[in-house]
This record gives sequence, C-alpha cells and structure tokens, in this order.
Amino acid sequence: MADAQTYFRIERLLADYARAIDDDRLEDWPDFFAPDCLYKIISTENFDQGLPLGIIHADSQAMLQDRVSSIRRANIFEDHRYKHFVSATQIIDVDGDIVHSISNYQVIRIDVRGNAMLFSVGKYLDVIDLGGDRPLFREKVVVFDNERVDTLLALPL
Amino acid sequence: MAMDGPLNKAGETRARFPSDKLTEIPYDLYTDEDIYRQELETIYRGPVWNYLALACEIPEPGDYVTTCIGETPVIVTRDRDGRIHAMENRCAHRGALVCLKRRGNAKLLTCVYHSWTYRLDGSLRGVAFENGVGGEGGLPDDFDKQAHGLKQLRVTEFCGLIFGTYSDATLDFETYIGPEIAAHMRSILGRPLKFLGRNVQVLPNNWKIYNENLRDSYHASLLHTFFNTFKLNRLSQEGGIVVGAGGGSHISYGKSSTGYDHDAYKEEGIHSLKDMQLQDPTLLDAVDESGEGMTTRIMSVFPTFGLQCHYNSIAVRQVLPKGVGETELVWNHVGYQDDDAEMDQRRLKQSNLVGPAGYISMEDGCIGGFVQKAIQGVHGEIGVVPMGGETVESTKGRATEVSIRGFWKAYRAVMGV
Repeated sequence: MADAQTYFRIERLLADYARAIDDDRLEDWPDFFAPDCLYKIISTENFDQGLPLGIIHADSQAMLQDRVSSIRRANIFEDHRYKHFVSATQIIDVDGDIVHSISNYQVIRIDVRGNAMLFSVGKYLDVIDLGGDRPLFREKVVVFDNERVDTLLALPL
Repeated sequence: MAMDGPLNKAGETRARFPSDKLTEIPYDLYTDEDIYRQELETIYRGPVWNYLALACEIPEPGDYVTTCIGETPVIVTRDRDGRIHAMENRCAHRGALVCLKRRGNAKLLTCVYHSWTYRLDGSLRGVAFENGVGGEGGLPDDFDKQAHGLKQLRVTEFCGLIFGTYSDATLDFETYIGPEIAAHMRSILGRPLKFLGRNVQVLPNNWKIYNENLRDSYHASLLHTFFNTFKLNRLSQEGGIVVGAGGGSHISYGKSSTGYDHDAYKEEGIHSLKDMQLQDPTLLDAVDESGEGMTTRIMSVFPTFGLQCHYNSIAVRQVLPKGVGETELVWNHVGYQDDDAEMDQRRLKQSNLVGPAGYISMEDGCIGGFVQKAIQGVHGEIGVVPMGGETVESTKGRATEVSIRGFWKAYRAVMGV
C-alpha cells in the first residue's frame, strides 16, 4: 500500500507534466523522463491484442528531444493547443523507489478557429522512479481508446 | 436484389472535365455529393480491386476481420479449408450487421437479430425456428436458402494482400496492376509477413485528394521537411516512377545514398534545416532489404490501396471514403515472419516516420484538409497537374505529376467521363 506522500508526488508529477505540454513548454517535456525511458502512444486495439505498433515509439530521452526539434522546426501543421485532464490515478505496485501507476486522461484539442474537441481519451500506464532529485518516468505508455485519430497527432499526450 | 443506382446511367453524371487532357481537374469532383454517390456505385462496386485485409491478419481457420468497400461493411474470412472469402456484412434476412467486432474467430457467423447463421463462405446454414413452433409459423417450403446467403465478392490474394471486387469484369490482379508494379510488390511483400498492428487516421478531405497525395512524388520533399533535413528523399536523388496498366497503379522510388551534392534545393530557396541532427540516430539505423539501395518506395493501386517501404518501415495503407469530405486512412504495419527481435525493434522505431504522428507523413493529415476547406463554395474552377507534361508514362525523374494523371486516367475510364 502506497502512502499519501507517494500519491502526492505521483499526482504532482502528472500535473506538472500535463502543464508543461498545455502551456507549450515542449522543451521541458523530455526532462520528465529518465535517459533510458520508454514513451509510447498505442491504440487500445493494438495494446489489447499484444500487437506492438504505436503511433509514437521512443526508447530514449534523446528520441523525445528529437521529437520536440521536429515539431518545432521541421513538421508543418496548423497551430493548436491541448488541455489535459488526468484523473483516477491508482498506484498498483511499489518496488523500492519504482512506482507503477495507472491514470485516466482526456485531451481536448483547441484549433486556430477556436473549436475545441475531445481529441484523445485513454489511460497512462506509468513506471516512475522516485529515487532522484525529482520523479522521472521510466516508462510512459499512453493507451488511447478512440482509435480514429483526427487529422494528425503533433504534440505529445 | 440489387438495382442500378439512378446515377449509373450514361449521360447523367455531374462529373465533367473541361477536355480530354488529364492535367485539368475540376474542384467540383471533391465536393459534389451526387458525384460522390456515383463514385460509390460506379467505382467501388465496379471493375476495380478493393484492398480488404492482410492474409496474416486471419491466419487460422475461422478467423475474420471486418472492413468496408466504399461505405459498405464487408467481412473477410478464412474457412476450415484455409480458403479466403469476402462477403457483405449484412444479414440476408432483415439487413442487420452480422459481425459486430473488428476481428474475431468463429465457426459460424450468426446475426444477433433473429439468429440466422451463415457458414464462413457466406452461405446460409440455418434459420431459427425454421420449422416453426408447434406446427405454426416457420419458413415456407419453397424458401430457397441458397439464394439467401451473405452477398459474396470475388476475392484474390497477391503477396499476402487480399483484394475484393463486385464485378465479374475486373481483370485478374496482375494484369490489373501490370507486370512492373507486380514485380516491385513481390520484392517487398514476397515473403511470409508478420502483422505488427494498425493505426487509423481520419482525414478531413475527399478520398481522391488522398489518392492524389499518395501518387504525388513532387510534394514529398517540399511539404515534408523532415525528408529534406535528413536527406531521406530529395527529388535530386536517383529514383523514378513506374505507372502501371491503365494508369491506376504506380511505384515511386528513391535511393538516399545518391544526390546529396545537388544544389537544386538551394537554388530554389527551399526550406531545410542544415544544423538539425538527430540526438538519437538509431531512428534511422536501417538495413538495405531491397538489395538495390532503395530507401523510399511508395506504391498505389486504384482506388483504395497504398504500400510504403521507407527504409525498414513497411505499411499497407487502405483508403476508405467516409462521406464526400472525409476519408479514413488505415495504416497496417508488417514485418517478415523471420524477423528477429532486433529487426522487430528497428521496424517499430522506424514506424515513427509514418502514420498519424509520422515525422514524414504528419503533414499529409492536414494538407488535404487545406485543399478541402479552400474549395468550398467554388464551382467550375479547376486545379492543374502539369508537372512533367501531359502523359502518364513512366519516368526517371520525380519532379512530375505523372502518377496523379494516371489516377485520373483510371478514374475517367471507370466513370466513363
């Protein structure tokens, strides 16, 4: 059973993570991860069938930095922003400093014309290292339920 | 029984071109509801091969997947003898969906509404209370069960790809795509395949805009600047385009080890980022499986199929119309059955290049929407595809719109316009 302090640290990490993306501080986003992390966005359909294909698959913090560079400087898309809503966080395993948690999320996407839509809904499967100065994601697997991805996914979830 | 659609009569179409030239495309073709309805009838239910599924998605007897032809739901099955069938997903009784799930395994296909059951080839096997109850009701003696199966389609399998057609007139598949396209397809898919998963992307544009984009070798390095920056695909590279029989199929290929020293992009002042380097270069840690140094291959088959092989990322793309202004793009990624763990990992990493969040395909998700938005309310105006002339011949260069003209050649032939 995880203590209240652990819950607090995990929930604060999730809030800081979401805030960095929603406030367009993408350069800070890789810093939430350990150097040899796994970050993956995968549909529930593929995930549940044990099929490995995701829509983003990164196995290092450096790949996340590359993703940010590409979003900022190479890829072309209409400006938009997100609002993350993360809830129902549960800690499912604690092994020393390593905590496994699961949360629901929703991401609303707001486009240049002022439309807001429910862009993505699913769950975060997180493995978090609480051993260092700040908590870091060892793994963040984003399993999305709405498999029909509208137009494109540029910003991380 | 099916009847001809009202728009399927000669002379009634609203799809009109200004001339016989393949370089002028009226914008009305992307926005007109009547033309769209006619396309569903004349093209999708006409003499074309519609991509349905990968054979490796249904490896076992009883496996099935559901998909669509045009907007019509279809089931693809493998029967007890290993044979593949495709049929409309619509009960012959009251028209309900028979298979509700995306994929599954079943001995029989049963409609939930009144429990009519079908064999895996679509034939009607049983009707609930066929003999009535207590001598009352039931099927009349003269009811012909053989005439009330699920509507079956002709299917063909080529290189592990399953295609279906409504028409007896559709050419056999290799003739349909031509020998050169068939050879390229074999070189990519001619080994036992492993299904890695699929992603679905909703494009806010007409289905033909994505088909054009798929065949547009001209845009690739101009819109997709990731390509430019990392020299993955530049038009100055060695490469070429082959247009297949009838214009509807094509392959565009390039070799990234060539063409670096051309200044063509610099002269044109085209956006690329000289100082951008990957922090984690393992993304592009590729092995040459083509044996010919080909790093980019894009293929198409009219009207629903694309195949891409970027380095070691292989994906079959299915184009599904969902209304005049919406298209569903399904990315089915594959590897080979004999891939080791390292190769699996390589393909997964390179899958970052394509799909809804792909480094080199993300823009295709929005570019069609930019066209679709800009042509709303516009009538009688045309877009042009003049690059490389007016022909649909195969070419060495890729600064051309030859395969787009090929698409329209095939389109006009099937639509009779």
